[in-house]
Amino acid sequence: MLEIDVTRRQGDFSLEMAFTAGAGVTALFGRSGSGKTSLVNMVAGLSRPDCGRIAVDGKVLFDSQAGIDLPPEARRLGYVFQEHRLFPHLSVRDNLCFGMKRLPVAERRVSVDHVVAVLGIAHLLDRRPTGLSGGEKQRVAIGRALLASPRILLMDEPLASLDGGRKNDLLPFIAGLSRQFDIPIVYVSHSMEEVLRLADTLALIDAGRLAAIGPVEDLLSSPAYAGLTGHGEAGSVLAATLCREDSEYGISVLSFPGGELKVGRLALPMGTPVRVRIHAQDVAIALVPPVGLSVRNRLSAQVRSVAPFDGTLVDVMLECGGCSLWSRITAEAQAELSLKPGMAVTALVKSLTIARGDVADRPPGQTESLPG
Amino acid sequence: MSLWFTLTPLEREALSLSLLVSGWAVVGSLPFGILSAWLLARRDFPGKSLFDGLIHLPLVLPPVVVGYALLVLLGRKGVVGGWLYDWFGITLAFTWKGAAIASAVVAFPLMVRAIRLALEGVDRGLEQAARTLGCGPIRTFFSVTMPLAMPGVLAGVILAFARSLSEFGATITFVSNIPGETRTLPIALYALTQVPGSDEPAFRLCIISVVVAFAALLASEILARRMRARMEG
Repeated sequence: MLEIDVTRRQGDFSLEMAFTAGAGVTALFGRSGSGKTSLVNMVAGLSRPDCGRIAVDGKVLFDSQAGIDLPPEARRLGYVFQEHRLFPHLSVRDNLCFGMKRLPVAERRVSVDHVVAVLGIAHLLDRRPTGLSGGEKQRVAIGRALLASPRILLMDEPLASLDGGRKNDLLPFIAGLSRQFDIPIVYVSHSMEEVLRLADTLALIDAGRLAAIGPVEDLLSSPAYAGLTGHGEAGSVLAATLCREDSEYGISVLSFPGGELKVGRLALPMGTPVRVRIHAQDVAIALVPPVGLSVRNRLSAQVRSVAPFDGTLVDVMLECGGCSLWSRITAEAQAELSLKPGMAVTALVKSLTIARGDVADRPPGQTESLPG
Repeated sequence: MSLWFTLTPLEREALSLSLLVSGWAVVGSLPFGILSAWLLARRDFPGKSLFDGLIHLPLVLPPVVVGYALLVLLGRKGVVGGWLYDWFGITLAFTWKGAAIASAVVAFPLMVRAIRLALEGVDRGLEQAARTLGCGPIRTFFSVTMPLAMPGVLAGVILAFARSLSEFGATITFVSNIPGETRTLPIALYALTQVPGSDEPAFRLCIISVVVAFAALLASEILARRMRARMEG
C-alpha cells in the first residue's frame, strides 16, 4: 500500500496531495499539467517534495520531519516512463535483467521466463532496443521494471506515445499485470478509456490537488466530477457479472445489483466480472413500464436528483438497486414528465459498452462498493 | 613490421618515444579529463567559470608559456617538483615523464571538451531509469553514462593523442631535447631542420608524422562506427 502526503511548490504551481493507494490498479487521472507526473516522480525519488511523507507497505521512503529521503535506488519501486527509456547500448535481454542483476537472488520475486512469456517478447531478446517498434519497446520497459521485483509499479502514461492500434495491443497486458505479478500499480493517464479498461481505483487530480478518490464506478457515475472526467463522456459505470447466455438469440446476460442487462454475446466464461459503461444520453426514462417496445434493457429505478445541465438538457440521477444510473434527457421531456426525487420510473438503456471484460478472477466485491 | 626496419635508428627512437609519451599523456590524464568534464557538464559549484577557464588556458596560451610554467612548478627546484624529488626521488624536468606531462597539459582542454560534449548528450532520463532500477549514482555512471558517452570519450582520447604527438613548444621548454629521453618526433624534426643538408631525413620524419596521425584518425573512425553499429543493431 502506498501512502502519500506531500506538498511541493514550484514557481506558480503548488502541489498538495494526500491519499493512499491499495492493491490493484490506481489511476491518477487529470489534465496535463495537473501534477500527476510530478507526484509519481516524488514517489520514485526523482524529485523532492518540500515537505510531507511517503511510505510503501509501511516502509518510509520520504519523511521531511524525520529527515528521511531515500535515493531512488533504495526505494524498490518500478517505474515505466512515458518514453520507454531503454538503454540503447544493451540488448533487450540485458535491459530486462538490468534491475534484477542488482538484486540479491533471495529478493527476486519475478522470473525472466514469466515476464518474457506474459509480455510476449521472447523473439526480441537478442535485439537492440533501437530496432524495436514503439509497442515492443514499451513492453520491454514494463518487463525491465517488473524484473526488479518492485514493491509497486509506477506507470506514467506508458501508452501515450503509441498509436491507437499499438495501444489496444498493449492494454490487455497492462490490465493483467497487477494480478499476474501480485503488485499494486499506480497508473498515470489522461485517457478515460485507459482508466475504464485498467483501473480499480480512480484518483482525480486537478491543479495540484486531489479532487476525489474512490472506486472507478463511483466517481465516473457521479455528475459532480463530470467536469474533471470529461464532459463528452457523461455516463455511468457499473460493475456486473456475466451470468447467462442465450445461444438461440446470441445474447449474453449480465447481472448487477439493479437487475439484468442484455448484450451481444461475449466470448467470456460465465461469472466473469465486467465493467459496463452507459452513456447518459443512452438512458431514456418512462414513468410507467412501457409495452410494445424494442428496447430490451429495462430497469426499475428511482429518481434521486434532477439538475439542469444546460438550457436544453437535464441530468437525472437514478438509483437502481444501490447503483447510480445517469440519464440525460431534454428539458422539454422533463417539462412533460416532471420528474422529482423519489419517483419510481423505468430506465430504458438503449446501448452500453463493455469497458473491461478481461479481468478474469477478480472478486466482484472488490470494485462494487457503490453508493447506497 | 618490415616497415619498422626500414626506419633509421633515429626515426625509430623518435617514433617510439613519441608514442610512449603521447600514450602515457592520454592514459594518465583520462581519469582527470572524465572527472573535469563531468563536473563541467553535470555540476554547479562556486568558481565553475574559473575552473572552466583554467582547464582551457593551455588551449589559448603559447605552449612555451605552459612549458615554462611547468618548469617553474615541476622543475627540481620548483614548488611541486622540489617536493616530489625530496620525498619520492622523482624527477620530471628533462625526462620523458616530464614530456608526457607537458603533452597532457596541452592536450587536456581538447580531451575535456569532447568528453563534456558527450556527457551533455547523454539522456538524463536513462540515468534516472537506472536509478529506479536499483543503481546508485556511481554504478549508474559506469553502466549507463560512460557507455553512452563512449564515442565522445573516444573522440577526446584520439584528439588528445594527436595533440600530444604534435606537442613541441611546451615540451622543448620543459624537458628540452635529449636524444632517447625527450626527443620526440617534432623535436627531432626541429633539430634536423637546424642542420644544413638534412632535407631528406626531415622529409622522412614528416611522412612518419603524417602516417601516425592518419592511423590514429582512422582507428577512431573505425571504433566509432563499430559503437554506432552496436547501438543500432
